[in-house]
Amino acid sequence: MNTPLLRLEGVHTHIGAYHILHGVDLEVARGELTVLLGRNGAGKTTTLRSIMGLWRAAPGRVWFDGEDIAARTTPEIALRGIAYVPENMGIFADLTVRENMILAARGAKRAEDMDAKRLDWIFGLFPAIKKFWQHPAGLLSGGQKQMLAVARAIIEPRKLLLVDEPSKGLAPAIIQNMIAAFRELKQTDTTILLVEQNFNFARQLGDRVAVMDDGRIVHTGTMDGLADDEGLQQRLLGLSLAAHQ
Amino acid sequence: MSSPVATTLALGALPAVRLDRLPLLLLPALALIALPLMGSFSTWVTLTVAGLAMGMIIFIIASGLTLVFGLMDVLNFGHGVFIALGAFLATTVLGSMADWTASENLLINLLAVLPAMLVAMAVAGGVGFAFERVIIRPVYGQHLKQIMITMGGMIVGEELIKVVWGPQTIPLPLPAAFRGSLLLGEAAVEKYRLIAVVIGLGVFAAMFWALSRTKVGLLIRAGVQDREMVESLGYRIRKLFVGVFVAGSSLAGLGGVMWGLYQQNVTPQMGSQVTVLIFIVIIIGGLGSVGGCFIGALLVGLLANYTGFLAPKVALFSNILLMVLILLWRPQGIYPVANR
Amino acid sequence: MMLDRVLSGDLPRNRMLTAVLIAIVVGLALAPFVFPGAKALNVAAKICIFIVLVASFDLLLGYTGIVSFAHTMFFGIGAYGVAIALTRLGPSWAAVGAGIAAALALSFGLSLVIGLFSLRVKAIFYAMITLAVASAFQTFASQLSEITGGEDGLNFKVPEMLSPGFSLAQQPFLGVSLDGKLISYYLLFAITVVLFLVMLRIVNSPFGRVLQAIRENDFRAEALGYRTVVYRTFSNVLSAGFATLAGALLALWLRYNGPDTSLSFDIMIDILLMVVIGGMGTMYGAVIGATLFVIAQNYLQDLMKFASDAAAGMPLLPNLVHPDRWLLWLGILFVLSVYHFPAGIVGRLRGKK
Repeated sequence: MNTPLLRLEGVHTHIGAYHILHGVDLEVARGELTVLLGRNGAGKTTTLRSIMGLWRAAPGRVWFDGEDIAARTTPEIALRGIAYVPENMGIFADLTVRENMILAARGAKRAEDMDAKRLDWIFGLFPAIKKFWQHPAGLLSGGQKQMLAVARAIIEPRKLLLVDEPSKGLAPAIIQNMIAAFRELKQTDTTILLVEQNFNFARQLGDRVAVMDDGRIVHTGTMDGLADDEGLQQRLLGLSLAAHQ
Repeated sequence: MSSPVATTLALGALPAVRLDRLPLLLLPALALIALPLMGSFSTWVTLTVAGLAMGMIIFIIASGLTLVFGLMDVLNFGHGVFIALGAFLATTVLGSMADWTASENLLINLLAVLPAMLVAMAVAGGVGFAFERVIIRPVYGQHLKQIMITMGGMIVGEELIKVVWGPQTIPLPLPAAFRGSLLLGEAAVEKYRLIAVVIGLGVFAAMFWALSRTKVGLLIRAGVQDREMVESLGYRIRKLFVGVFVAGSSLAGLGGVMWGLYQQNVTPQMGSQVTVLIFIVIIIGGLGSVGGCFIGALLVGLLANYTGFLAPKVALFSNILLMVLILLWRPQGIYPVANR
Repeated sequence: MMLDRVLSGDLPRNRMLTAVLIAIVVGLALAPFVFPGAKALNVAAKICIFIVLVASFDLLLGYTGIVSFAHTMFFGIGAYGVAIALTRLGPSWAAVGAGIAAALALSFGLSLVIGLFSLRVKAIFYAMITLAVASAFQTFASQLSEITGGEDGLNFKVPEMLSPGFSLAQQPFLGVSLDGKLISYYLLFAITVVLFLVMLRIVNSPFGRVLQAIRENDFRAEALGYRTVVYRTFSNVLSAGFATLAGALLALWLRYNGPDTSLSFDIMIDILLMVVIGGMGTMYGAVIGATLFVIAQNYLQDLMKFASDAAAGMPLLPNLVHPDRWLLWLGILFVLSVYHFPAGIVGRLRGKK
């Protein structure tokens, strides 16, 4: 069980005429939470989308659990056990919270089909989901939508979670909730690849870290290693953890 | 834990769920405005039923088109082909059951019309399947090409209909028991129009049920809003799209049968003739919204009949006028589908 | 080189293409002498008119990337402008001028409004709306029978020099009588050549290049500082103007105009077929497409009749090749062109995909 669950090998991604990823090499270890850091425009979201098959990774390989999924379609990739929480959350605003969850629980035709224990656990993590079960998801606040997005990703056990900036635009109190939820999630041995700009958020959750710049990975290592080295932080991110508190 | 608990909790934390009922009021509003202009109540009743019947048929035809566009961003300029196909098939099927349609017995008539409808729906659906595969699939995402190629498909389709059935107008008489009118008080209401309204409501109810109560319907509603996310959840939306396209073509075929019976004749151009009309309807309704399409179709039907009686010269522009007015009020149509 | 300047630097760039184009130009120039008979001359005149009409559509579709189904509307405005003027004001050159001026004014106004509106909505909306507007206009024209002659249209006399009765000389020249019809034809031909070259100039100018940039990627063009709104509207207006002039030419040639002659949706489809089969965004495609189409429309049917009669007795086959079904085959050719020859005949010849 030492092989990484996810491994990107020399991944390039082009969008139209733009060459965004220039040979990304990345490893995500099983059962750990790896944070992908970097400035705006570094290519973090593109990396997630490329893994998910929403944009084509070519040339390059994307190894997931021993299989190269670079050429697979998005539904196929999702069915292999990867869940995606995009930056814009991807909430179906006209559908109720309940309907959003049913969709995410692929096997379920109705609410009754969902795993009751698991649903209970989610309600415990995110009380708002339970509270607004029958309401159109579009009426939820930003933080609640974010929770719904994460809840959708975990209603069924997944091997890998790809999460894009879950703390973006959220009030500090909600962010604390989010951190607590992710901590609980980590207990379940789920592998997570988290894109974040908020270093503080990342620091509290990350086991390992990879830093991106200009479509390439420029640093990999442990989160502790990065957190203890202010000089490194300055070089890579142009800031220090202390300043970000 | 699956029982919805939210309703028992305090709802004060969230703004009250406001269902957008305002557009629904447009229909009775239009009808009521027309009433004093008519002069006589019975005329109003006749025209209103006629308008609703026409609207229902238009809805049946247009509903498939709006879902196809909402779900996959494909505008099929060739949708009219399925309408004409359905109508012509009806002439063949009903033509071969002449003694059944001549009967005064309503039930026997229905037993004749039903196969015509089923054949029309099946064949139109089949042709739709082929159409999606051959004509549309290669040009996903390229709007310019889509417009041109579906238009080309329409031309070829129309010509093929002429090859099979000939280029002239063919009569499609109503079965005997469908003809004539019922008297509601002083108002004469054509029987067939009432039947059309009933069928239309049935189709709408079936669609509504399918969309809101089945998982497939859920997927369609979600897909119309955010296709990528549905795929990211693991659903093969391509397959769903083919299904919706086939269903839409099928419905267009059914609409064709009903339209042909409404006009009592069919021509190869009937598809392209209504193309403008159904585009107006789905723009009014909001691309991708079945509910909006329903309201839009009924509005157009009512308006056409009211203005046809009151001011025939205006009747031809009434649709465009209505579209402009609605777009000024809600630029995305009556029920804009939440953006992607 | 002189030719380079006349063609605004937009040479055919291919031997086969050049040969075909020269053949067409020479054929049209000498049509009255080389192809005897009224039908042949009619075909030649129609080719000229459609070259202008299709080229103007190419300006909009091929170079600016806008699909508009309202093009026949402007064609009709031009035709009706001349028709109404000559009917009301009598057969004089002043009337012709007045008709054209009025038609251009209306076209400019309408295209401006449509153009400004179009830029707010997505391409598909725009296409649908132009469809609706054109259809409404056609109905409108046939309703206003007081002015437009309604369904029957207008028959009118043209200025004396163009009318068939007029003769320039008693003796025929090279077997062709020098009458008003001949003069009309050469006037048509000359104007066609001029208008085509003007359009060629436009698309090869800096303005034309910006249009193409917008067609490729309007976000980028906007980011580069070009007000796409303005350019698109301009393109709309220019395109409408040339279509209007083509309509005026049509009216002068036919000495008749009615809703079906210039406003019918069939013509819109024909234009679409011609521009795609000929080659979008090339201008020369309009020449090839128009020639091919009009000749097919008039002579292919004879060929098909032959085949249809030969196949008589077999199921379906005689219907498939029946001369009235020629549009079926052109339609199939059109669909195939969009898939496999997106650059049309011209593009294929030039070696592009």
